[in-house]
Order: sequence, then structure tokens, then C-alpha cells
Amino acid sequence: MTKTQKGKGRFLSGNEAAAEAVRLCGPQVIAAYPITPQTTLMEKLSEFVAAGEMSAPCKLLLVESEHSAMAAVMGAAMMGSRVFTATSSQGLLYMCEMLNYVSGSRFPVVMANANRGTATPWTIFGDQRDSFAMRDSGWIQFYVESGQEALDTILQAYRIAELPDVMLPVMVNIDGFTLPHTYDLVQVPEQKAVDAFLPAFKTFNKLSLEAPKCMSFAYGPDYHLESRCLQQKVFDEAVGVIERVDEEFYGLFGRRYHGLADTYRCEDAELVLAVTGSAAGTTRVVVDKLRAEGKKVGLIKVRCLRPFPAKFFASLNSPQNSCKVLGVLDRNISFGLEGGLYTDAKASMYRPGAKINTLGFVAGLGGHDVSKADIEVMFGKLANLAEGKPEEEHQFIGMRWA
Amino acid sequence: MTIDSKFQFSDLSDQELLYGAKTCPGCAATIAVRLALKVLGERTFVCVPACCLAATTNAYPQVSFAVNYVVTAFPATASTIAGMAAAAEMQGLEDVTILGIAGDGGTADIGLQALSGVCERNDNVIYLCYDNEAYMNTGIQRSSSTPWGAWTTTSPAGEGERGKTKYRKNLFDIIAAHRVPYCATASVAYPMDLMEKVAKAKAIKGARFIHVHAPCPTGWGYSSEKTIEYGKLAVESGLWYLAEYENGEMKLNLTPKTFKPAELYLKGQRRFRHMTEQDYKLIEENRDREWDLLKERVKA
Ligand SMILES: Cc1ncc(C[n+]2csc(CCOP(=O)(O)OP(=O)(O)O)c2C)c(N)n1
Ligand code: SF4
Ligand SMILES: [Mg+2]
Repeated sequence: MTKTQKGKGRFLSGNEAAAEAVRLCGPQVIAAYPITPQTTLMEKLSEFVAAGEMSAPCKLLLVESEHSAMAAVMGAAMMGSRVFTATSSQGLLYMCEMLNYVSGSRFPVVMANANRGTATPWTIFGDQRDSFAMRDSGWIQFYVESGQEALDTILQAYRIAELPDVMLPVMVNIDGFTLPHTYDLVQVPEQKAVDAFLPAFKTFNKLSLEAPKCMSFAYGPDYHLESRCLQQKVFDEAVGVIERVDEEFYGLFGRRYHGLADTYRCEDAELVLAVTGSAAGTTRVVVDKLRAEGKKVGLIKVRCLRPFPAKFFASLNSPQNSCKVLGVLDRNISFGLEGGLYTDAKASMYRPGAKINTLGFVAGLGGHDVSKADIEVMFGKLANLAEGKPEEEHQFIGMRWA
Repeated sequence: MTIDSKFQFSDLSDQELLYGAKTCPGCAATIAVRLALKVLGERTFVCVPACCLAATTNAYPQVSFAVNYVVTAFPATASTIAGMAAAAEMQGLEDVTILGIAGDGGTADIGLQALSGVCERNDNVIYLCYDNEAYMNTGIQRSSSTPWGAWTTTSPAGEGERGKTKYRKNLFDIIAAHRVPYCATASVAYPMDLMEKVAKAKAIKGARFIHVHAPCPTGWGYSSEKTIEYGKLAVESGLWYLAEYENGEMKLNLTPKTFKPAELYLKGQRRFRHMTEQDYKLIEENRDREWDLLKERVKA
């Protein structure tokens, strides 16, 4: 990361940083419903709207549920307005039906999701089972590591979502409670810079008094398959767009996140751990420690779950790549199989005679801490496998019983 | 019947804004929507959830509405139009109507929560519920607006079974209890009254609700030319009423001096075919209780 930082450094929580991003992007309509740990984000936005501090006039709809929040922002998007909503956990699950409406009709809704486990067992604490459950809803999904990245990713999210070639909704996942409620120094860009990066929202995909139309059409079987094929193609397109927008962002703001997946000390790494969200920070520290001990370890930070960095994972399998064992840390689980990220990573790398061995780790569910010690244990297991010692392919890490 | 709206029937356009819907012949839902759109005009944005109307008015690349028209999820009519209205306001769109149209299921059952939200916030929308008294699109299942005793596929009638065993929910009361600026019941059998109410709603700002009785030949089991006849009989026998709630006051638009026997309305419909004299009596007793309550509230 370069040292050029434009804007003001302020001490903000992850939710406040996200709210600052939304303020700067100036949606015309926000609809939201409170849920821990998202609530302080929506409260901050309420303050901004009430004080007239949004960068553009904004109507805040205090709806009676998350289903309605997503339906309302869809309604506003149908009229051609830039929109925002935020939720978490049960709220995200409650929105599920509308997530698919929004993506199928290609409305560029941007949403922050403060990740939290899903009941039961009832929990207000963090994991990513909420957003992973919505993996197939047709949304671009980002995972962020810090409040700064939450702010920057929301700016990027609007830019990506609203590009005429993309027109996809974007979910920015912010690990609860770790990020939304932790205070950190955050660079808040200046409005002018944001305006230069994010043009006013214009779209052809809206209702019009001059040329009335029908939206969210029913498709018979004769068109449906083709429409889904086009939707898939847009996700393929989005891969390049996400990388390009990140570069553009870097040019203007001096910060970048490297497209779909970032790496840390992977150049000659033989044991590599892939993670999403806040666990990246902890893993960096552990990588530094193990490197100091002479171990060839590295970190992959998966920034996008959809589109998935499939090419990136496939490249780990090339003969030139130093990686011998890939571990994947999942803060979610698909019962009856394994962690979701692990499945996707393996599928992306698969080819006959693949050289890489893999291990899937499930940890940090329902607020269970993912400690440095846990990460070290994971690297230890990767080392075991590299040395030919047996390891179960799929393991829970950090349990009170082993 | 008083006409205190600016709407003149001589102004009524011969332009059809709903055309070619694939509804059954005699479908009252279509009539209600056609008439409403004639009053509301071209600057209307229509939103319809899953229901007969949505299923029969759009299938890519064909569409029956000549105005802007969106389809939304079954529970989401009110919430979707809330967002549309918010956007219209923020964009400074003048003189437009944001209109939600949903069936009784989409309104009184799965969409009630979102509708309550719209009414509480007084969002600037018109919500029209066409009530065909069951889930017709999915093949005639009971809703909370299905009347007592009616056969549906989920409230069977036959050996030992007597159709729906619960009374219908009073949607008009529920919406009026939100103290919205305007709320009315109507019937396709009284088109003048219906259009006046739509015109009145159009002239008001805020959350407006119109509950239209909409006989359904397919679901109720009668031949399609009798839609208006059954709509009239429902009102004349006191089993449906025409009312308005405005400025905190309720009024009846039509009070039959004497009710026609319920049997006249019930006996020709397949869904009530299993009914006995005793059932007719029970229905009339319940009707009289309801009207006593109604009249008390109108007086007060
Ligand atoms: C969430 C959800 N649940 C169930 C359905 C299935 N469904 C579609 S239309 C409908 C019934 C509609 O009934 P009503 O609102 O009365 O309209 P009608 O079909 O009678 O015109 C049902 C149950 C659905 N589309 N979405
Ligand atoms: S089933 Fe009833 S409501 Fe549905 S289209 Fe036919 S007549 Fe109309
Ligand atoms: Mg119905």
C-alpha cells in the first residue's frame, strides 16, 4: 500500500466508516431496519439525513422489516434512484426473496451486511453464515478487513454496480462485531474526490413516463435459460471491472485492495492460508511471526466471494507456483459438506494431477474468537500435510474439545 | 350517493390502459383495474405482486399495461410502492400516481405487514385490493378474506366438512384503524361509485386504500356473464358494503332498506353449493350483527 492518503484521518468505528461512505455517495433513497450489529450504521445515517449532511438530498424510509427494506430500495431503483440499505444475519435471511428479485432485474442496489451468525442457536455474534447462505442470490459479495476497507469498498461498490455493463447489486460484508464496533483511524475522502470517482447515477434500466415499460417481467421457459446465461456472463465481466475500478480508486485515493483476492507474503510461500474478512488481519501477524522463524507461509485474502477468484485459485496449481498446501479458513459451514469457501477454492483448482494438497478449517462461528494461536495451529496442520503426516481434510479449529 | 370529487364521467377517456389481459372471461379484477386506470391516467406507475393479475398481464415479451408496470414479490406490494413513491418525491416527479394492485391474499395475508407500514408512515401511494375471496392464481385456496362456509381446495366441503370454518377478516376496519387519509370499499358492480372513489383518492396525498369486491367466475363457480349480477347481489343482500373512511369519519355510500335473502347470492355459486337453509340463516345472523356494528360507527 502506498503512503499517499487523501482526505481526513478520523477515529471511526467500522459502521461509522461505512456510513461516511454512504454519505459521500449520496443515495436518493435509503430504507433500513435495525439489527445488531448493523444498527449503529443505520443510526448514523439517520443522523446524517436529519441534519442534511448527506452529499445529496436523501429520503430515509423507516420500514417495518428487512423484506420491506429490500423491496423499497428495489422500488426506488426501478424509478432510477441510487439507493442503499444495510442489515445483518436474520435480517439478511428475511430479505432473501427480495435479493433475488433485485439481482434478476439488475438493479444496482448497494447494501452493507454486518456479518453475524444465524439462529438457532440464537446469537448476536459474528460469523459469515448469513452472507454465505445468500451466495447464490445473484449479488456481488465483498468481504472487508477494516473500517477503512469498508468505506473504500462501499465507494467502489457503487461505481461497479452502476456501470451500464454491470448493473448488479453489491453486498459489502463487514465482520460483526469485530469491525462494525471497533474504532480505528480512517481516512475519509473529500467529496470532490468521490464525485470525480463516482459520477451521478444514470440508467436506462428504469421506468419512464416518456416510454412506459414493464420491469421484473415473468419469463416463460423459452427465455429463462438465456436470461440466466446473460446474468452469468455479467459476473464474468464483473471480474475485470472490479480489478479496473480498484486501480482507478488507487489512482485517486492511494489505497487499493487488489481485485478479487489479495495476497500477503505469498511469493515463495509453500503453506498458504486463504481467509475472508477480519481474520486477514490476525493472519498477517501470524504470517510475519512464522516468517521470522524461517517458515515459508503466506496469506490469501479473498475479497470477493462472487464473482469468485477462480482463476486466481487455479493459478496456485501451476508448476511455477510455490504453494504446496492450501488451507482455507471458513467462518461458515454448509452442513453435510464443509465450509463454503473451501468448496469453491477446491473446485477452482481442480484438474487432473493437481499438485496442491488442501485442508478446510471451520472456525470462529457465532463470535468464537479466531486467535493467533488458532491460525498457528492451522499453519501447523498445513506443515504436517506437507511433510506427509496424516490430517483430516476438514476440521473444526479452536473447540473446547479437540 | 354523493359526488364530491372533481372527476366528471364525461371526462372519462376511451383509451384503454389495460388491454389484452389473459384473465378468464368475466374476471372482475380486470374490470376494476381497467376502470381505475381510466380515472388515474397515463402518469400512473403500477406495481402488482404474484396473483391472477400479474400472471395474466405479463409474459415476456408481452405486456397488457400501457402504463409503467412492475411486478414484485407476493408480500411486497406495499413496500415496493413505498420505495417508488419515495423516489418519485426525491426526483420531483409531479402529478404522478404510484398504484399498488394486489389480491386479497397479497393484501390481507402475506402483504399485510408491509401494507400496515405504508399506512403508518402515510406513504404517498394508492393501494387497490381486488378481493376475489381466495388465492385464485394458485388454484382456489382459502385466504383470510374467504367468507365463512365457502368451499376452496383447502377448505373442503362434503362429507362432514362445511367449507371455511372461520369468518373473514375485515380489511377495511384494519386499514381505517391506521387513520389513513382515505380508505374505501367498492365493487365492480357499482362502477360509478368505484371510479368516484378512485378519483377522490387521486386528489388526496398520503396512503390511500380501496378494497374492491371482485367476483371470480372460475373460483366461485358461476358462468362468466353473471359477474356484475353477483357483485350486485352481494351488496343488496348486505354481504358486502360500500363505505368510505375519510377525515377520521366513516360513511356508508349505500344502505339497502331491506336486505335481499342471502340465499339469492349464495345458491347459484358452486363454492356455496353444499349449504343448507341453516347455513343461510347463520350467514344472515352474522350479517345483521356486522351491520349493527357498522351503523353504530357511522352514527357516532
Ligand atoms: C412468498 C410466496 N408464497 C407463495 C406464493 C404462491 N402464490 C402466488 S399467487 C398466490 C395467491 C394469490 O392470491 P391473491 O393475492 O388473493 O390473488 P389472486 O390470485 O386471487 O388474484 C400464491 C399463494 C408466492 N408467489 N410467493
Ligand atoms: S381465476 Fe378469477 S380472478 Fe383469476 S383471472 Fe380467472 S376470473 Fe379473474
Ligand atoms: Mg384472491
